Amino acid sequence: MIHVSAVQAPAHIQDAGRYGHRRYGIGHAGAMDTVALAAGNILLGNDEGAAAIEIALGGITLVFEQDTPFCLTGAVYQAELDGEPVYSYWRYTARKGQTLKLVRAVQGMYGYVCVAGGFDVPEVMGSRSTDLKAGFGGHQGRMLQKGDCLPVGKGAQELSKVGIAPIPFTDTVHLVPSSEYAAFSEEGRLNLERETWTLQSDSNRMGYRFDGQPLTLSQPLEMLSHAVQAGTVQVPPSGKPIILLADAQTTGGYPKIATVAAADLGRLAQVRFGSKVRFKIIGLKEAAALRRKNRAYLNQIRRIVNEAG
Amino acid sequence: MRIEITPISESALVCRLNAPSELGKQQKLWAFAAALEQHDGIAEVVVGMNNLTVFTRFDTDLAVLADKLQDVWEHTAVAANQGKLVEIPVCYGGEYGPDLAEVAAFHQTDIAEIVRRHTAQTYTVFMMGFQPGFPYLGGLPESLHTPRRAVPRTSVPAGSVGIGGSQTGVYPFASPGGWQIIGKTELPLFRADLNPPTLLAAGDQVRFVAERIEP
Repeated sequence: MIHVSAVQAPAHIQDAGRYGHRRYGIGHAGAMDTVALAAGNILLGNDEGAAAIEIALGGITLVFEQDTPFCLTGAVYQAELDGEPVYSYWRYTARKGQTLKLVRAVQGMYGYVCVAGGFDVPEVMGSRSTDLKAGFGGHQGRMLQKGDCLPVGKGAQELSKVGIAPIPFTDTVHLVPSSEYAAFSEEGRLNLERETWTLQSDSNRMGYRFDGQPLTLSQPLEMLSHAVQAGTVQVPPSGKPIILLADAQTTGGYPKIATVAAADLGRLAQVRFGSKVRFKIIGLKEAAALRRKNRAYLNQIRRIVNEAG
Repeated sequence: MRIEITPISESALVCRLNAPSELGKQQKLWAFAAALEQHDGIAEVVVGMNNLTVFTRFDTDLAVLADKLQDVWEHTAVAANQGKLVEIPVCYGGEYGPDLAEVAAFHQTDIAEIVRRHTAQTYTVFMMGFQPGFPYLGGLPESLHTPRRAVPRTSVPAGSVGIGGSQTGVYPFASPGGWQIIGKTELPLFRADLNPPTLLAAGDQVRFVAERIEP
């Protein structure tokens, strides 16, 4: 068990997401940065999609009630274990009774606390992810609170201290064109790539809102409700794009100019409020190459872990 | 009936029919969805209004799949009886339906007449989406079409029955909403512990039953 002794930011249990239930209106949920989640899990000998605590920007304090290997990935956190510094993307073993304190994110938005064995909350519809809107999954279907006790699954009790290369942060996000790309004016399509977009502070796990020169359609477009997914760049009448993310609803009605390359979803999630990003349109082949690069990174961690034992 | 197929991402194709959305077209889309559920390389299928989206695995060749989809579409026959009939008990008006009086005033009639019109109809679930268990219902009579509220509420309680323009529906979860709220049901539209977890599915028929009417 791991005991939550303090929490100052939205924190909840997320895994790789809940798939196969969109036709009931049930979204995917899951970690905002699934590559960071996978990196942490591989480092600890877990399945890539094992459940971890996701926390946004702020702090959380956890007390280990048993010896537990753990690591922090995603956002770079200022953190300490019984007062000793803990570095992101390094694996440690906490002893029974030790306190892990994540003070604040220094870089990036979403941090992951991964533990050997993963967090063993009940699976709901094939996933341990918290669906915050519908209130199920994760730990009692809600954000973590002071006093919560989180069960840990069966995993290693002792692991050597090993570090891996962190995932670099980026200010360029790759997109592939979506079904209404051609319906946008030439200026709108140019703006998408030449504009510097600022992430608005009313963004969240459901969607990231950006400000910049508006994306205009060639002519008004009447859209009927249709499926959307994490990564969909939808453009409401304001012309300011909203990129849907992990907690996206399953259907929407706005034109879709593009979709974030699957490989870049986690990198986009780590952009901070007020930061600027640029978008670059690529083809399906280039998007596949980016996915292979992520896969190569994760395979490399697996090799390091195997060598370290 | 031609279907137009376009990629929307690395792992999804949207299949679209010409507007407008009609029950007959929607019925063929449900049958199409059912035919695709077990298809190789397809991960999930979502029926929209007059469209359907196929989510694939990343190793699926979208161009090859698009050709297959066109073929399956052309060979899809519409089954006559698609869904089950579900009765939804509703408490209309009062604290349950704070906009009922306004809707009645808009249509220059009384609240009993609004409830009569709303419960006289059999609605069809055209699609599911937005929230877990949220049905997009077709069949609201024109005599009930009411503009959305000028200022949306920041939170509409779970179970609220509303009218928004030419649509009616039930919110399974508390949500911000601009629809006119005319009543509330205690019947859960979503239960995570059941399989399937939703009361309704695309193709089902819905009737609202007045449990009581409050001024």
